Amino acid sequence: MKITSDQVKKVSKLANLPLTENQVEQYSDQLSKILEYIDQLNRVNTSGIFPIYNVSQKKNTLRQDEVSTSLTQKEVLQNTSRKMNGQFVTKGVFEEK
Amino acid sequence: MSDITQLTLKKTVDGIKNKDFSEKELNEAFFKKIESQNSKLNIFLSQKINTTGIPVAIKDIIITKDIPTTAGSKILENFIPPYNATVIEKLIENGVSVIGKTNCDEFAMGSSGENSAYGPTLNPWDITKVPGGSSSGSAAAVAADLCVFSLGTDTGGSIRQPASLSGVVGLKPSYGRVSRYGSIAMASSLDQIGPFTKCVEDARLVLEWISGGDKYDSNCKNEKFLSSKKLTNLKNIKIGVPKEYFGKGLDEGVKKVINSALKKMEDLGAEIVEVSLPNTKYAVAVYYIIMSSEVSSNLARFDGIRYGKDRDKFGAEVKRRIMLGTFSLASGYYDAYFTKAAKVRNLIKQDFDRVFQKINVIVGPVSPTVAWNLGDKVNDPLKMYLSDAYTIPASLAGIPGLSVPCGFSEGLPVGLQILGKQFDEDIVLAVGEVYESYTSWKEEKPKI
Amino acid sequence: MNQDKYEPVIGLEVHVELNTKTKMFCYCSADYFAKQTNSQVCPVCLGLPGALPMINREAIKKCIQIGLALNCSINETSYFERKNYFYPDLAKGFQTSQLVLPICVKGWLDVEDDSLTGLGMTRIRINRVHQEEDTGKLTHVGDETLIDFNRSSVPLVEIVTEPDFKSSAQVRDYAKKLQQIFKYLGVSSADMEKGQMRLEANVSVRLVGQKELPPYRVELKNINSFRFMVAAVEYEIKRQIEALEKGEKLSQETRGWNEAKNETYLQRSKEEAHDYRYFPEPDLPEISFSDNLVNQIKSEMPELPALKLERYKNEFKLKLSDAKILIDDLFLANFFEEALIYGREKGVEAQQIANYIINQKIDLVDSNPSQIVDDILAKKSSTLDDDLELEKLAKEAIEKNPNMVESYKSGKISVIMALVGIVMRISSGRANAQKVKEILVKLLNN
Repeated sequence: MKITSDQVKKVSKLANLPLTENQVEQYSDQLSKILEYIDQLNRVNTSGIFPIYNVSQKKNTLRQDEVSTSLTQKEVLQNTSRKMNGQFVTKGVFEEK
Repeated sequence: MSDITQLTLKKTVDGIKNKDFSEKELNEAFFKKIESQNSKLNIFLSQKINTTGIPVAIKDIIITKDIPTTAGSKILENFIPPYNATVIEKLIENGVSVIGKTNCDEFAMGSSGENSAYGPTLNPWDITKVPGGSSSGSAAAVAADLCVFSLGTDTGGSIRQPASLSGVVGLKPSYGRVSRYGSIAMASSLDQIGPFTKCVEDARLVLEWISGGDKYDSNCKNEKFLSSKKLTNLKNIKIGVPKEYFGKGLDEGVKKVINSALKKMEDLGAEIVEVSLPNTKYAVAVYYIIMSSEVSSNLARFDGIRYGKDRDKFGAEVKRRIMLGTFSLASGYYDAYFTKAAKVRNLIKQDFDRVFQKINVIVGPVSPTVAWNLGDKVNDPLKMYLSDAYTIPASLAGIPGLSVPCGFSEGLPVGLQILGKQFDEDIVLAVGEVYESYTSWKEEKPKI
Repeated sequence: MNQDKYEPVIGLEVHVELNTKTKMFCYCSADYFAKQTNSQVCPVCLGLPGALPMINREAIKKCIQIGLALNCSINETSYFERKNYFYPDLAKGFQTSQLVLPICVKGWLDVEDDSLTGLGMTRIRINRVHQEEDTGKLTHVGDETLIDFNRSSVPLVEIVTEPDFKSSAQVRDYAKKLQQIFKYLGVSSADMEKGQMRLEANVSVRLVGQKELPPYRVELKNINSFRFMVAAVEYEIKRQIEALEKGEKLSQETRGWNEAKNETYLQRSKEEAHDYRYFPEPDLPEISFSDNLVNQIKSEMPELPALKLERYKNEFKLKLSDAKILIDDLFLANFFEEALIYGREKGVEAQQIANYIINQKIDLVDSNPSQIVDDILAKKSSTLDDDLELEKLAKEAIEKNPNMVESYKSGKISVIMALVGIVMRISSGRANAQKVKEILVKLLNN
């Protein structure tokens, strides 16, 4: 299928990926081509076929409720560019999820 | 003494044990070689100087405590992990030490190594060619003898394809064989860590080291891989050759090399039968939906707050896949794309299940071509994607795949792909080893 | 304004934090309250690259217990999914939650329409009880936001009802009952002020008799006490009816509660619908529950408040209001039930013990149940020495036990002590036993 510039913009917002107008054009073109290729899947008869999402052959891998050591606060914060009083800092978010 | 950097892992272990050389001498030899070669090939993104341990090179998408880990991306340029991947812990337990982190396509997204934010790795056999990807540096490091062995990750062919294009042994284990904890996730239901080695025997040894249960990976099989099969010939081995892997996309030169390898296997006693995996033609389409959907979610954690830089630092291919994946999961498209792809994935898996009832292994090409020129496919994403058409199906089914050097076309290496049932690495390695032992391809070294 | 013309349509979403030792998907301690910031965090709950989740067995068990307590069926197979959205407190860029196959589905809880009289019961249908994880904690300072991930990935169970509530009283009773159940099960302290239990209500109104759901709903969020939630629901019902009466069109929005002004306020208006792009979590294989396992979990559950209340009313003949007070707290209820055992030995009635515990406001920690019974007896022992009074009780005992009288008269004199016991019981142990015996002998020998 074709994916329009408007759709690209909507998707980029969902994906939290800011795009320039140029990139929007470019992605709309490239993604359309890829989706056109992918659309061949419509030819496959999948009635009665279960989707599979995991091929590990595992089931019920649950763990015991036993505490083990965490990272230190220093390790937790060692890769951030902005910290304050043992916490991460980001620009204000007040709007609710 | 001859060049100890050329020794296999097995011979290196023996050499240390017999005191033919010390671990210090070994590490110094590799350090010197890296000093002289790395700048030509752009293999290592970071290095560590050791005096002990067996030197291993690790794809820079695998987390190493206190050693920078970039995933080939600008977004993680200064990232120093506070923990080790499970495979690293297991290697350390076996006397192995990390000498460097290898270049790769950004977040393992690519088939040529050219999507690395730190410039492409060059093919040791011909520096005008790509070494394959995404584990480009790990493959080239083994080919150029800059390490004893290396680890890479394979999501749709990222170990097997660069192994083929760089003329080394590469093993993608079954999904669930090796813990993925600490492998920066690209597509969680497909990613597997595996070794690049100088011979099949080494791949077996590394798999024994790194496999086994992990309290941090729910999908990882509890039992360690233990080899029990050694073959001296291929009698009683039934090899399936999928006709879909020999279609019009396959380069004539590569085809010739593969066919003569099959002939050799027949001479060694194997029964060769043609098989059909009819849904192979949909694998790339299925893969691009499932992989990119998982990518879009896996890469959401990179928000620049706890580590790393802002999301605009992602490269073009990474952004393209995040966009494609976000679209496939979006309301209104989910069923038509994501669910549909997951159903066709089942059909692809069923193809293998059916075929493996009658044969022991599948053999065919890894890549439709030999290594191509740098820059050839960078502007055509779809063409790049299609170069993984023979490796993707096994990834979708979760089965193991080995690439073994099997000759040259246009002076460049060609790899033979051997696939087995899930968790039957044993037969795959045994067949590969017999083939290897009756040919001399592994003696060939690139002249850098 | 015509209140009777409209009826409220209310649904509730309750989140409760489980009191497991570790977090939902990693080995960090889940007890984050008042701990040093970012000190109970690991690669998994910090969302570091490469980290993977692992399911906490105990959390799943507690989720199943909640489901069973709410009369849900337990899905034979269940799996986790990723709920994708961006927010600074969400370490992985998605919350691991459940959509398609939650652990528990289709339950119910009966709530009282009027908690004072206990008259009128409405059955609230539970749509689902699913397992998910908490987020980090944000603190706003100036125009910046600080983030502590100690709370990140603490197990959270979400309980979603159908829109079956018709009044704020029902909402209040439901929330109270849920809190009680969590405490009985021992799955959470469910302290609302600490954020261990959180309520969200979806409120709309429609004309009485209208079958379909209203075309909008107002979400009431971030309200941290029962009292404020009840007030907010009442305020919303009134506000919405007034708006409809004025011919206004109501729309989808999220509102909070302003304690100072006693009114709800707009937090977020009709934003574009969320697209969370749920898909099965590939890092977690599916989980399944056999009937055996579910029965095992069920057998380990304590008697739940609703059944206990029935028992207190029917078996112990307690007044409804007293029974409610006693069952409100499991510790209190257990104390009461232990006292009952001693009471029975000494002829003290259940209602007397209940009265004593409730009226004396005794300190449960410093008292013990047998002491309570002794106190009741001591307090009342001096009061029944009066001959006439005792004779009346003795006569009652004789009249009600002709068999014993028969045996006595035929020479089995020891029966007299059984009759003394009966008088003691009738008098709640207050009678002077020596005198009773004398009176009985006198009466029987006449």
